[in-house]
Amino acid sequence: MKSKIEKKLLSQHQLNAVAAGCLSRNYGRTFCSVVEGGESSSCPKAEDKTDQGEKFERTSKAEPYDIAIVGGGMVGMAFACALSRNPMTKHLTVAIIDNNPALGFKTSFKRSEIPDPRVSTVTPATISFFRDIGAWEYVLQQRHAYFDKMQVIFPFIGLGLHWVGYTRYNARDVGKECLGCVVENKVLHYSLLSSFQSGAELQWALYPARLSSMTVPSPRSVSSRIMSQLEDSPSGRFVKLDLSDGNTLHARLVVGADGSKSNVREMAALKSTQRSYSQSAIICTVEHAVENDCAWQRFLPSGPIALLPVGDRFSNVVWSMRPEEASAHKSMDGDDLAKAINRAMDDGHGPQPGSGVLGGYVERISSFTSWWGPSSSAAEPFRAPPRVTAVASERMVFPLSLMHAHDYVTRRVALVGDAAHTVHPLAGQGVNMGFGDASALAKVIAEGVSVGTDLGELTLLKRYEKERKAGNATMMAILDGFQKAFAVDAGPLNLLRAAAFHGAQYIPPLKRNIISYASGDQKWPLFS
Amino acid sequence: MALRWCLRGLALGRAIGSSSSRLQLQQSTNNALFSARSLPQALQWWRSRADAPLPPSSPLPLIHLPPPDESKHRGSAEGDPLTFSAFSSSVDEVEVAKFAAIADTWWDSDGPFKPLHSMNPTRLSFIRSALCRHFGRDPNCAKPLEGLKIVDVGCGGGILSEPLARMGAVVTGIDAVEKNIKIANLHAELDPVTSSIEYRCATAEKMAEEQQTFDAVISLEVIEHVSDPAGFCKSLGDLAVPDGAIVISTINRTIRSYAVTIVAAEYILGWLPKGTHQWSSFVTPEELVLIMQRASISVQEMAGFVYNPLTGEWSLSDDTSVNYVACGIKRNP
Repeated sequence: MKSKIEKKLLSQHQLNAVAAGCLSRNYGRTFCSVVEGGESSSCPKAEDKTDQGEKFERTSKAEPYDIAIVGGGMVGMAFACALSRNPMTKHLTVAIIDNNPALGFKTSFKRSEIPDPRVSTVTPATISFFRDIGAWEYVLQQRHAYFDKMQVIFPFIGLGLHWVGYTRYNARDVGKECLGCVVENKVLHYSLLSSFQSGAELQWALYPARLSSMTVPSPRSVSSRIMSQLEDSPSGRFVKLDLSDGNTLHARLVVGADGSKSNVREMAALKSTQRSYSQSAIICTVEHAVENDCAWQRFLPSGPIALLPVGDRFSNVVWSMRPEEASAHKSMDGDDLAKAINRAMDDGHGPQPGSGVLGGYVERISSFTSWWGPSSSAAEPFRAPPRVTAVASERMVFPLSLMHAHDYVTRRVALVGDAAHTVHPLAGQGVNMGFGDASALAKVIAEGVSVGTDLGELTLLKRYEKERKAGNATMMAILDGFQKAFAVDAGPLNLLRAAAFHGAQYIPPLKRNIISYASGDQKWPLFS
Repeated sequence: MALRWCLRGLALGRAIGSSSSRLQLQQSTNNALFSARSLPQALQWWRSRADAPLPPSSPLPLIHLPPPDESKHRGSAEGDPLTFSAFSSSVDEVEVAKFAAIADTWWDSDGPFKPLHSMNPTRLSFIRSALCRHFGRDPNCAKPLEGLKIVDVGCGGGILSEPLARMGAVVTGIDAVEKNIKIANLHAELDPVTSSIEYRCATAEKMAEEQQTFDAVISLEVIEHVSDPAGFCKSLGDLAVPDGAIVISTINRTIRSYAVTIVAAEYILGWLPKGTHQWSSFVTPEELVLIMQRASISVQEMAGFVYNPLTGEWSLSDDTSVNYVACGIKRNP
């Protein structure tokens, strides 16, 4: 491993004279942080090597990068990884711009550590994407928790009724091994970095800085414009990126993977629609007495709460509520918070499901729908969520909002992940949509390379937008609909929606569709 | 569709002089002609025209030149009259004038060359796989044409030459219009990857006279614009090394091609300047195979390009009734 990195380090400098100066110092730091414990003695050696790199001078006529990725987070790194693993795109020169020091660190996690509260539920579609880009093997070495069961609970209280509807989803219903896997974000990020550094033939450079300005050349149609561009600058056809550390680079294509407050989106003047939910989510890691193997979600009038297994008797809690409640829960004593979570997941919401009048009706209806096909979990009994014994990690609160860019692409610029769309976290779909973007954009670029297309060409980028935007918009509408359906607290409506969701439990085709859609392998629910 | 042509030719100066006297020059604005119209509007406008397109069996419709900027025109012709008078063969002077007028817009992907831009990836994927098969290259890499010497005859603004260069080929682009070569040069110089392309204002005949040879000779959407397709084809053959590849694309002479490329593309949709194509100059696949054979080129594969109006995308197909492409191999003499 070590020697590989060293080799990488060297070749990087030989290949990429552009990335001299502060860059090479950064590689040195990266290297040191990678090598742990007793091996740290190799650091000076690495520094010596990197010093050679500084001999290379950046010139104003530097070759442009093929692609500049702004934001080296999960989605940005997944995109870089996808490029490096495709024979069509592995020769590209890539600049990664991110001032997050974590990008340089490869930390390994010990299983005894308490899981980080920032986790993602990756769908089977994302898992197969990770396998393709060689990152899943690194995830498997770290803490991760597959789950094959999911139970969604819709309590209903009112109109003299007291009833709890539920739907149990089982991976077996759709012939899958699992419904998803809960992985800490830092594990995902580390896995992508590891895969990228070990397998990348890409000529890449890391710029540890922020993007301070971006100049996209205006489209020209006539020769006079071409001529004036030519006189203005030798790289008049490319995007010029000025960084906070004084570096300037040019790129044929800029990929904005810089999150929901994307600088790239703003600088490229790509418009977006935003809405705040006037809700915040509080997240933390909790401990159980026994290992949790099922994902739980309960819709409460104040917002959904989810309990996701993260392995080793730990679970992750994502609880949406009003902002003032969230800050109250954040400052609460640990035991009190554990009690509050237990109450929200189970207690205080009346009897167990199936005992009410409504439950009997729905079950009767289900006997008529059984000819649609067997659903093994339809008859599975309700299970109570495991009790939380302690809050194990720090708590984090973040406001919830919805954002969708009107266009994902413009000339020489493309947005991926949260920069293009931010969703309600209730179904854990946000990052999966981002990985879908990364995969689709890398594929479109590979197609472009195969026919010698200029990577920044709008017609090429539009194909990526076409592939992703409709699907993402559908997913956003569904999640937004869920959020709205459960945010309204009106008696009859509550009954209706509890019945509707409870009914989904007994209609196998509907249920299969919901599972498949949430697994990320179908574009349109019910119509495929 | 075809907006390139190559030529053997008469001096451009003469071409312009004669074209303005012989032809009805239409001086309406460029934009009105090129912009897409709504269908009802377009139909009404079309019906109202006295000189609406004639059916295929009739004599040639009048040629309406797009509004040339004559001062510019003359400028470029005067700038280099010798280049053109040096050509001994029969370049079609009308065609030369027609394309010089819109040379500025080569790289405007929404301009008069829009159909060519949208068709480009499909044409390139045919060329890529045909050349990979013939030269035994690995198609599963980024630069499968690495080191191949290719000439793009009728390169226009370079929209085919540049992708070929990105695919690793050593490209020479030639065109009879000085202005096209200027545009192509300026555009290619903007990117280090394409700046190695050598552009020349020349005809296939002239290059053949100089005894230049290439591994592959590519001439797309050109042959329907030359006055002597058989002679043109012979020159292309002369440019190829023995066992080299020759790729030619053009438009079939069918009722459908008349409806699609002239009535729809030029008159109804306004994608192409009116008068871009002459139906009678189109070449059928049988004719193309024949003239290629006479030029010692044996045709290996042929494919049609089909446009899907719903997705706006082109794809390769067996249907050669409108646009099609043929790849042949130069037989040893």
